[in-house]
Amino acid sequence: MIGDKDVEHVARLARLALTESERARMREQLSAILQYIDKLKAVDVEGVEPTSHAVPLLNVMRDDEPAPCLPQSEALANAPDRVGEFFRVPRIIED
Amino acid sequence: MNARSAPATKSYETVIGLEVHAQLLTRSKMFCGCPTSFGAAPNTQTCPVCLGMPGVLPVINRSAIEFSVKTALAFGCRVNRACRFARKHYYYPDMPKNYQISQYEEPLAEEGWLEIEVGGGVKRIGIQRLHLEEDVGKLVHEGTLETAHASLVDYNRAGVPLMETVSKPELCSPEEAAAYLRAFRAVLVYLGVCDGNMEEGSLRCDANISLRERGAKELGTKVEIKNLNSFRNVQRALEFEVERQARALDAGERIVQETRLWDADRGYTRSMRSKEYAHDYRYFPEPDLVPLELEPSFIAEIQANLPELPRARRQRFVSQHGLPPYDADVLTQSRALAEYFEAAVRDFPNAKVVSNWVMSELLRVLPGDDEAAIRATKLTPLRLAGLLTLIDDGTISGKIAKDVFEKMFRSGDDAASIVKREGLTQVADTGALERIVDDVLAANPRPVDDFKKGRSAAKGALVGLVMKATQGKANPGLVNSILEEKLSKA
Amino acid sequence: MKTDAKPHLTQLTIHELVDAYRAGSTTPTAATEAYLARIAAHDDKVGGYLTVTREEALAQAHAADERYRKGIPRGPLDGAPFAIKDVFCTRGIRTTCGSKILDGFVPPYDATVVTKLKEAGAVVLGKTNMDEFAMGSSTEHSGFKLTRNPWDLARVPGGSSGGSAAAVAGDLAVAALGTDTGGSVRQPAAFCGVVGLKPTYGRVSRYGLVAFASSLDHVGPLTRDVQDAALVLETIAGLDPHDSTSVPEAVPHYAAALTGDVRGIKIGVPKEYFTPGMDADVQRSVREAIAALEKLGAATEEISLPMTDYGIAVYYIIAPAEASSNLARYDGVKYGLRVPGGKDLIDMVSRTRAAGFGAEVKRRIVLGTYALSAGYYDAYYGRAQKVRTLVRRDFERAFARVDLIVAPTTPGVAFRHGEREDPLSMYLNDVFTVGADLAGLPGISVRCGFSAAGLPIGLQVIGRAFDESRVLRVAHAYERATSWLEKRPQL
Repeated sequence: MIGDKDVEHVARLARLALTESERARMREQLSAILQYIDKLKAVDVEGVEPTSHAVPLLNVMRDDEPAPCLPQSEALANAPDRVGEFFRVPRIIED
Repeated sequence: MNARSAPATKSYETVIGLEVHAQLLTRSKMFCGCPTSFGAAPNTQTCPVCLGMPGVLPVINRSAIEFSVKTALAFGCRVNRACRFARKHYYYPDMPKNYQISQYEEPLAEEGWLEIEVGGGVKRIGIQRLHLEEDVGKLVHEGTLETAHASLVDYNRAGVPLMETVSKPELCSPEEAAAYLRAFRAVLVYLGVCDGNMEEGSLRCDANISLRERGAKELGTKVEIKNLNSFRNVQRALEFEVERQARALDAGERIVQETRLWDADRGYTRSMRSKEYAHDYRYFPEPDLVPLELEPSFIAEIQANLPELPRARRQRFVSQHGLPPYDADVLTQSRALAEYFEAAVRDFPNAKVVSNWVMSELLRVLPGDDEAAIRATKLTPLRLAGLLTLIDDGTISGKIAKDVFEKMFRSGDDAASIVKREGLTQVADTGALERIVDDVLAANPRPVDDFKKGRSAAKGALVGLVMKATQGKANPGLVNSILEEKLSKA
Repeated sequence: MKTDAKPHLTQLTIHELVDAYRAGSTTPTAATEAYLARIAAHDDKVGGYLTVTREEALAQAHAADERYRKGIPRGPLDGAPFAIKDVFCTRGIRTTCGSKILDGFVPPYDATVVTKLKEAGAVVLGKTNMDEFAMGSSTEHSGFKLTRNPWDLARVPGGSSGGSAAAVAGDLAVAALGTDTGGSVRQPAAFCGVVGLKPTYGRVSRYGLVAFASSLDHVGPLTRDVQDAALVLETIAGLDPHDSTSVPEAVPHYAAALTGDVRGIKIGVPKEYFTPGMDADVQRSVREAIAALEKLGAATEEISLPMTDYGIAVYYIIAPAEASSNLARYDGVKYGLRVPGGKDLIDMVSRTRAAGFGAEVKRRIVLGTYALSAGYYDAYYGRAQKVRTLVRRDFERAFARVDLIVAPTTPGVAFRHGEREDPLSMYLNDVFTVGADLAGLPGISVRCGFSAAGLPIGLQVIGRAFDESRVLRVAHAYERATSWLEKRPQL
């Protein structure tokens, strides 16, 4: 149902490094799940609107008022790699 | 690649579309209350929401919606009453959540236009869509993006409201593209929704350009050009691209669909990444925000309060004030300057005189597009009108007035005070002037002689001598007529 | 096992405890110390807690003592010792969501519901164990430890709020906060024999609740009895300007709705919730409970919710899709785990996510990403959201005829650790709970009996949107009319 290439492609989209055996097991398990999910094909959804929100709210907005920020130390406190006032990341190779 | 070698052989049509991102002048960010001001120390304008911390939720900034609707209406767009936000997924360290809250299938507005002036005529360029999204943080590379071992991230800018507009691919030359961007920017600045500062990045532009053989119906392969941070660079980069693509097509090469970066220092575009394999952004409606359904009255009120836009104002200056188009153009380059001009005319109702003074004197000391400086100057429109009145009623000469102008600008004093203080009042006392002219004539027999011999230029020299004797304060008109009279009797 | 004539401090409900505080017969510090002692004595067996905040709890308790001494307590929760599921951000306190990828993360802010509890004077004992990022029905998918059901330590407490349910059931907290996305408050409540309430979507703020599936996540209390659930809901419910999906509906005095009078209430019993393969004990207990409600004056009739069979399929597309998006932020850049040694950014991110996420989370991320990807969106996510509308319409149709729906909470009782290794078989656990999540309707689980092996069975009551009062009233009336709560697990 879902091929090895699909799993590889999706894992890349999701930035997940999977081992060979993880990929194989995932393909098996996901195929079974997708097969189960396939029962939805039998449902007639002609003219049915999708539900993206369980509540019928509209137009929720806030006034354009500045609010206090986090102090710099707190913003950076959880950084795995911090350099001075910045977060640091390894070199970026364009995808 | 030498762009200056032999020109392309075949005849190609250029097709350009521009994508413009404008940071909105709201006080707080798009989805949280952090301030949006430029130049703060890194990571001092952030909160859990714009840092994308676990558990946070976005809340829409009402002003961002208002500013966008205002802009959409100014461009004649159809505002979609119902619109919603969507998540756009891709991984990049300047984007805390690794998705950007943007708009996809239901953008804020569509189908507008912008008129540009090219080649002496007016052309209407379509605007495909206008939508809102959040800006990303700033990356600083240790070195260049290619050579850096690491990069540093500042999230101050993450979450600032960004309004994206996409033009239709209806621009036919790099010149038109630059004109579009100039006109576009002017509208945004006029509306007060964006400060239009391209150096600081509050206005950013990407271009899509393709070539096709003249008369062909299908579009050629599109190339995206990024890093266009000024009008000039937009034009230069696109001119380079036209040459590059034409040369490649001539040689029978295929144009690669890709993103290229403009290198302003070296004057060329270079390949950044291949866009052939398009990003899968996996858009879906943002579940943390509820849809917007804008009330017609809300939209109508914004429409009613739209200020007069640049082109309309230019046309009115010509028709109402009787100014030549050139003057109207210069005076409407910014809202502040146009308002300055009109305020001065209200007090000194000679539009052409005011225009001359604003264009030649005021613009010598103030940049015409610096809204803040123009509004803040001590040489107010009222003061300028005061100076012009003193010339008009003969109190000072035009030449002296230029001097007074300088002094007014620097000191902030009004014209009358300066003239009084420095005794610059024009000498218009006929009796006094007659005596001075007599003295000059007596002291300078040669020019008098030359004049009598038919050399009318000598009169000019005599006028000059009289002016010198009065330290320039003599009323030139009077000097002229007195000299005329005395010379005719001599 | 019968309780002693005088219940121990740690066996009291919130309302009994607070009555004792008011009467001066005990203090918040005494109760907090008693709970901390019990945690120290028994939690290595139960594994309910990931973090115990002893110092903070005692400081909060002392402050509550003062208020009672001065006669100015803040309200019905003042001085009550709570456990908080580790999915809620707690300022200055380690928050893991049961995941290694948030190792070391200390939030600089409190979730709104945590702020509300603290403002009400509640004492926070610590953060409880859970299935990683709330994905699971047994708490076996925690990245850190196993939680055991106090009724039988060889069995699961349910999930994903297993730590919270076990803490309340094992008298390791007087009440707890949990979250329910596919059943994760009600199902562990049923497995552990406690009360688990999932309010209407939007009733309680999600700000500070680390998102799993945004359109399905709900905050709910786990308590000893229904009155406690009503008291907690009153405190945590209400509009929050930080949450655009929270609803500006007034918060009624829920405790006042517990009149005990259910006469004339129409109850629907969905035939699809009594499947042939179901546990016989569960069926029997629930049928007896329905009969008890009839005796109390409620009218019951059979109804049909034909979309029940599709609920799991709908849920297992929407939830993983939204989760794959919500979990994209965990990348080793701004907080949490970063695996060193990557050759570039993409490598670092991929390795970090591989090391930080467990198998179930990875599975759902891949499934969810697939469901949203180009070419598959319409067939999966798009279609699932449409079928979701049909699930909602099922309930709307039912509520045109009845006021409440009564059913089992789960098809079976707590299973053994390791018994449900196959993902799909684990997912099918949620068949009776996902409906209320998909429709955003309030639902509660209360104890209604025991299996032959002595494991608790849960009765579920589902109501109309924002009709928590009626849901609580019926659940409370049933609870008062029976004596299931007399039995306690023995640790």
